[in-house]
Amino acid sequence: MAWLTEFGERWPDMWPVLWLGTLDTLYMVLWATLFTVLFGLPLGVLLVATDRGGLIPAPAVKAVLGAVVNVGRSLPFIVLMVAVLSLTRLLTGTTLGPTAAIVPLSIGAIPFFARLVETALREVDRGVIEASHAMGARRITIVGKVLLPEALPGLIAGLVMTVVALISYSAMAGAIGGGGLGDIAIRYGYQRFDDYYLWATVAFLVIVVQAVQSLGDVLVRRLSHR
Amino acid sequence: MIEAVGLRKVYRLKGREVLALDGVDLHVRQGEIFGVVGQSGAGKSTLLRCVNLLERPTEGRVSVDGAELTALGGARLRAARRGIGMVHQHFALLSSRTVAGNVAFPLEIAGVPRAERRARVGELLDLVGLADKARAHPAQLSGGQKQRVGIARALASRPKVLLSDEATSALDPQTTESILDLLRRLNRELGLTILLITHEMDVIKRICDSAAIMADGAFLESGRVLDLLAAPGSRLARSLFPLPATDAPDVVTLTYTGKPDEPLMSELTRRFDVDINILGGAVEQVSDQSVGRLNVQIQGERREAALTYLHGKGLLVEVAG
Repeated sequence: MAWLTEFGERWPDMWPVLWLGTLDTLYMVLWATLFTVLFGLPLGVLLVATDRGGLIPAPAVKAVLGAVVNVGRSLPFIVLMVAVLSLTRLLTGTTLGPTAAIVPLSIGAIPFFARLVETALREVDRGVIEASHAMGARRITIVGKVLLPEALPGLIAGLVMTVVALISYSAMAGAIGGGGLGDIAIRYGYQRFDDYYLWATVAFLVIVVQAVQSLGDVLVRRLSHR
Repeated sequence: MIEAVGLRKVYRLKGREVLALDGVDLHVRQGEIFGVVGQSGAGKSTLLRCVNLLERPTEGRVSVDGAELTALGGARLRAARRGIGMVHQHFALLSSRTVAGNVAFPLEIAGVPRAERRARVGELLDLVGLADKARAHPAQLSGGQKQRVGIARALASRPKVLLSDEATSALDPQTTESILDLLRRLNRELGLTILLITHEMDVIKRICDSAAIMADGAFLESGRVLDLLAAPGSRLARSLFPLPATDAPDVVTLTYTGKPDEPLMSELTRRFDVDINILGGAVEQVSDQSVGRLNVQIQGERREAALTYLHGKGLLVEVAG
């Protein structure tokens, strides 16, 4: 058990590094989540609404949106990060650090979340939408008062998946200087062969993901009335 | 109250044309319950959806309460729809809302202020007997209770017309009966005009004043139920009163509407010296009248005179074969 003793001795030095890394990770993920919802939710709604027989039938628009989303989904995140570097510099003035990482993280997660939103909205009973039309509801009312509330448990579940994916993306962002727990794992754990840092980072990531998932599960259960 | 003239609806499916409605004329009088019966695929559902323009007919005009809906679009069509309630086979309730929230939904759409909404929701839940379920979610209710919520919701904006899309088809017989009774009561107490579609003949028999039989996108017959039953060759009569097939000779089918206050059969044997043998028959309450249909074998020298006599007494006499 020599390693445990050594770990105990080193912990006071490791703790501030890991804690700051966790804060950086949370900072990146939370901002990226915000932008993802801001753009991904309307995109998902549009993907459903532009269906033939949808709220605003527009097969051509749907085809274009679908193609854009598929391009975003098919790029490996590490490639996407490099590909959007110039956009990142344009928006944040830098390509290094947590703030810069928010740009590729959002771009990577928006199409992912949009597809999950699409799936959740498709679960909504078509009969309820028809009934709303029969009651004389406007389309925007149907989106706001029928589609989104009815799909809310599915949307929350999709959001949880997205946040978990963002945490894993954010670790990758660390590899090219994005900061956060991934950065620590690479610099301390990989490049310095320091296993203590490596495993501590893993433990921190697991804890964060677990917390997000549990919170989401509770919310879904509370909101579901099926 | 509902006037539809020359309705045609053509769907295009993968380059193929499907004729769902083939020239339907529908006239529903104010305050009556009109039932359209037919098998699935007959076009009933399309017809109902054309009445509130959930489907726009390819040809033809639809007016409800004097307003021509087929001439409307956008905001004016939505306003007109608020005057037409609709209940659905699978209830179409919002699972995320409570019972009270569901009933309040059409009022929110219509922009009714919150306090007024709350009062109206209370009234409506009393009307359908669900006041104690206001805070429950639809998933906690039985099928019959869900349909009561659906009916309360359909009535929220005080419509003059109610469209019923197979409202009882997903329910067990006992619940069906209670929902039909409720529709009948609303029809009488509120003067509500009801257009319903169903595949159950029993629904026509129990609550409809008028009916149409539909097949292949067209009405085979339509009119007041009692008139239809009294018409020769009525499909409605055959469907409502199925009689066992017989190949016995000299059989006639007798249909009477209204109470027979004379002992006709014994009178026949006495007056015309004929032999009478009842082979099959049914008597039912239809539109609050008793209607009977009998297969009777009448034999004897003066058979023709006997039949003429029955006809003269107001019975429909159809000679088999």
